[in-house]
Amino acid sequence: MFTPSHFAAVLLFALFTSTVFGITQREDPRRMVRYGIYCFVLFVGSAILLSWVMYLIAR
Amino acid sequence: MGTVPHKGSAPDKGGLAGQSAQRGFVYLPLIAGWLVPGAGHFLLRKWGRGALLSVSIIAMFGLGLAMQGKLYTGAQDILAMLGLAGDLGNGLMFIIGRMLGLGANPVIVTTADYGTKFIVVAGLLNVIAAVDAHNLRTGRKL
Repeated sequence: MFTPSHFAAVLLFALFTSTVFGITQREDPRRMVRYGIYCFVLFVGSAILLSWVMYLIAR
Repeated sequence: MGTVPHKGSAPDKGGLAGQSAQRGFVYLPLIAGWLVPGAGHFLLRKWGRGALLSVSIIAMFGLGLAMQGKLYTGAQDILAMLGLAGDLGNGLMFIIGRMLGLGANPVIVTTADYGTKFIVVAGLLNVIAAVDAHNLRTGRKL
């Protein structure tokens, strides 16, 4: 059984999803890579930001 | 269905017939891409894109199962129905997984819940990839 931490799961999810988004949503390879990185940063960044928001609400 | 009609003068006829034979069944990349992740792109000789899509989607599905994620079996409520719709996007992987009895355990641990979401999202990404292959096939995308 594979038991990643929550953050590792977020990183894996963001990696695979960003790869597919980059390839399917842009036409030329350079823009695919840029869009993939952009999606990855947004996924991981929003997860970290929301985690802090929930942490502060829970206090 | 999906072929260029044979119209025009005699000299054009050979060219159009050749073009028609080359084009084949328009929906083949869409169906192949749905059944096997990346297969639609492989059919169109987009080897790099196909390989990346294939690895990403299969890895996501595999990791979902490794996390003891659940494969939806029926539509008991609206959420299960949506989950089943997402799972069906995995094509043959979902069918083979069900036949082998994978993903049948109840979700108990947190990672199993992540795994269930991984499997659903892998199916949705596979549908996006299959539609992308169809767009490449029809010339809507380069």
